[in-house]
Amino acid sequence: MPWDLKPDRPIYTQLVEHIELMILSGVYPPGTKLPSVRDLAKEASVNPNTMQRALSKLEEDGLIITHRTSGRSITEDSGMIKKAKTRIAQEQVLEFLEKMQKLGFDQKEILSIITGMIEEVRR
Amino acid sequence: MTPVLECNGLTKAFGRKKALSDVSLKIDHGQIVGLLGPNGSGKTTLIKLANALLTPSAGEIRIAGMTPGLSTKKIISYLPERNYLNDWMRVQDIIGLFSDFYEDFKPEKAYDMLKRLNISANDRLKTLSKGTKEKVQLVLVMSREAELYLLDEPIGGVDPAARDYILETIISNYNPEATVIISTHLISDIERVLDYVVFINEGRVVLSSSVEDIREQGKSVDGLFREVFRC
Repeated sequence: MPWDLKPDRPIYTQLVEHIELMILSGVYPPGTKLPSVRDLAKEASVNPNTMQRALSKLEEDGLIITHRTSGRSITEDSGMIKKAKTRIAQEQVLEFLEKMQKLGFDQKEILSIITGMIEEVRR
Repeated sequence: MTPVLECNGLTKAFGRKKALSDVSLKIDHGQIVGLLGPNGSGKTTLIKLANALLTPSAGEIRIAGMTPGLSTKKIISYLPERNYLNDWMRVQDIIGLFSDFYEDFKPEKAYDMLKRLNISANDRLKTLSKGTKEKVQLVLVMSREAELYLLDEPIGGVDPAARDYILETIISNYNPEATVIISTHLISDIERVLDYVVFINEGRVVLSSSVEDIREQGKSVDGLFREVFRC
């Protein structure tokens, strides 16, 4: 998964989102060991201090666990992962709804567009 | 902790022309700092003052609390803006020279980087291209375990692939106690690795800020630079 960082948003937030996505999409399955801060920083070509900050945030959120001697690993708590997944889904939907509102659609119209699209994709 | 570099009212005049005027700055350990400004803004003058190659006309500059001189050269690894290596030497001779000269020089690190950059240690410098010479100089500078790295335009003359490798080298050699100051005007190439930026124009500091603070405002460092220095 390439680290596609936008120039006009804080790098730290983008790193958090990117690693979150890697965890939730199974690139780093629950319980696996995470590369070191330095290696991750190198991979993303960002400053190690920024990567460190992103990992601390993920730790705070409970997705990453720091072991005193053996680095960091992904949480094995599937509840945590599910919670994070739901949160991201909600953010995505909220963004979508705001856009649709700007375009002037009401709730019923939005729902019918979604149902229509789902059926089309299924076919 | 004493800042690794501190200036108070630092001024340098060449005759009537002030290259730096009243610069006050404090840079802590453990950061990668961009010293950014258009051509002729005073970047190199500031770096030369830090290296005791120039002396201040007024004000002071301190490196880890010390006046620049012999003791600060031990802790600063400096990449000048021009090539100073003897053309008749082979790359390995220079590595030998640096090992003799600097206690903190790690030859194995230098050989490792040269290999990655496909530079043969047996080559004479005069047979190398301008860009390759620049790479050799950077390898020498980054192979020291210094407290402060002062890199004056380190990526100007090299191709984009080598530029990426150089940034990678800076990141992977990075030691949380050390500070790296990079002067350049190629901002978009390096802004991802910077913690902190100092904008300098006509000898004055016009802005100093953490990179994340700039981005919080929805701007890139490159974008802000273009805004501040619009011609």
